[in-house]
Amino acid sequence: MSAAKNINITLKIWRQKNAKAKGSMETYKLDNVSTASSFLEMLDQLNEQLINEKKEPVAFDHDCREGICGMCSLYINGRAHGPDSGITTCQLHMRMFNDGDTIYIEPWRSKAFPVVKDLVVDRSAFDRIQQAGGFVSVNTSGNTIDANSIPVPKDDADKAFMAAACIGCGACVATCKNGSAMLFVGAKVSQYALLPQGKVEATQRVLNMVRQMDEEGFGNCTNTGACEIECPKGISLENIARMNREYLKASLK
Amino acid sequence: MAKSALLKSSIVKKYWMALTGLFLCLFLAGHLAGNLQLIFGTSLQFNEYALFMTTNPAVKLLSYLTYISIIFHAIDGIMLTIQNKKARPVGYAKTDGSSSSFASRNMAVLGTIILVFIATHMVNFWAKMHFDKNMPLMVKEIEVQGNKQKFYVGTQVGQFFPVEQVAKEGEKPDPVTMLPKQFVIKNKTELHYSQADVKAADLYKDLHKLTVDFFKDPKFGLAFTIFYVFSMGALGFHLWHGFQSAFQSLGVNSSKITPVIKFVGKAFAVIVPLLFAIIPIFLHLKK
Repeated sequence: MSAAKNINITLKIWRQKNAKAKGSMETYKLDNVSTASSFLEMLDQLNEQLINEKKEPVAFDHDCREGICGMCSLYINGRAHGPDSGITTCQLHMRMFNDGDTIYIEPWRSKAFPVVKDLVVDRSAFDRIQQAGGFVSVNTSGNTIDANSIPVPKDDADKAFMAAACIGCGACVATCKNGSAMLFVGAKVSQYALLPQGKVEATQRVLNMVRQMDEEGFGNCTNTGACEIECPKGISLENIARMNREYLKASLK
Repeated sequence: MAKSALLKSSIVKKYWMALTGLFLCLFLAGHLAGNLQLIFGTSLQFNEYALFMTTNPAVKLLSYLTYISIIFHAIDGIMLTIQNKKARPVGYAKTDGSSSSFASRNMAVLGTIILVFIATHMVNFWAKMHFDKNMPLMVKEIEVQGNKQKFYVGTQVGQFFPVEQVAKEGEKPDPVTMLPKQFVIKNKTELHYSQADVKAADLYKDLHKLTVDFFKDPKFGLAFTIFYVFSMGALGFHLWHGFQSAFQSLGVNSSKITPVIKFVGKAFAVIVPLLFAIIPIFLHLKK
């Protein structure tokens, strides 16, 4: 990796005052951005500049900045979480860009993810899908069985774990040309369907979660596979296929 | 499952799309096998096949299934496309298509091209075969004692009827001899004795001639051929994504089987439309 240097960039950022306001793309010049800084640090730098100019800073979602919380988003230069694979925006670094680059930054675009302000979108639709069935009902009154006392085949455990890696960031919805949430729901359905603890409620789970997904206004999956490519956690299309199987099984019961 | 879920649920729509799509892939394979007789068979073989396809009851049942599949596949596709457009009311200022294939992003456009093609195809061939009063009957030129003579061909083996002995319906007797011709054609394909009004034979419709003339038409033959080949290109792209997509929709996806499905799907998407497209080119260029 070459040593860090400073670059000057042009930013085109979606600005929208609130959920009801009509937004637009605004252009900003930002100089002396270190290529060692993260993308979000670059936005911090922009916001400092805006505050110094007595302008409204750009609102964007972020939390852990360690690539695990699923809070950061951003559609950067036409790609969810920007031009690198297997990472969230907070793990994206400015060394991916060159001096003089113009960078487009837009919020996730989906009817089910309305813009709250600037680059912040409301992803509570995902929470409602989870609440519809993305859990295992366990009696927690003190006699809970240790999870490891139930044997699970290694292959199933690995697949469930890979599905459970989903952080619910919404990149799959953002990148899908149909705004479909099936990779997210597929991962959540799979992580339980593969495990003995989850099988008990499998029928209702898949029916309820899919119904909620449809009610939220997400689009329909057409198997383009873009979600799988852009997912920061590498969730595979196999999970959508598993959800399709689970749904068929549940529908025939 | 609630009744409404049959159409409403996003996943059930996928099942329908996949099932009708796969059935239509079978139809394509069958249709292609028939069409290839235009290259590898005689005109009689082709017309025999056409007669079989238009009269056999099992084929009739399959044809209705095919019409229903095409209509359902198209309507379901249109509904999906409308819903999917609604799912993103505000688009992106900048997009990057590198994470999905051209075919997968344009299934609706490709499907529309195919639907337009099917409509023209049915007008040009299917409707003429079924309804056109002027649909030509098969005529074979045979050398009899050194002279070439034209004969209508009956559906029973060895039935040949000299063309000059056959009158059109309502044709007046010869003004000189005042004798009517020996045969008259009724109900499009039935050959009757003109005196006794008894059926002598069933004749073949000449779909082979109609098809060859269509693509050799001096004015429009080239345009028809180009449109046909273009449509097969669209079909190829549609199948490139659609074939393997159908299995994914039905929940068939594993590291073992998926590479096989993808390979077969891509091979099908290249070979089938290519063979379809070669036929009109062959007919157009044939002397």
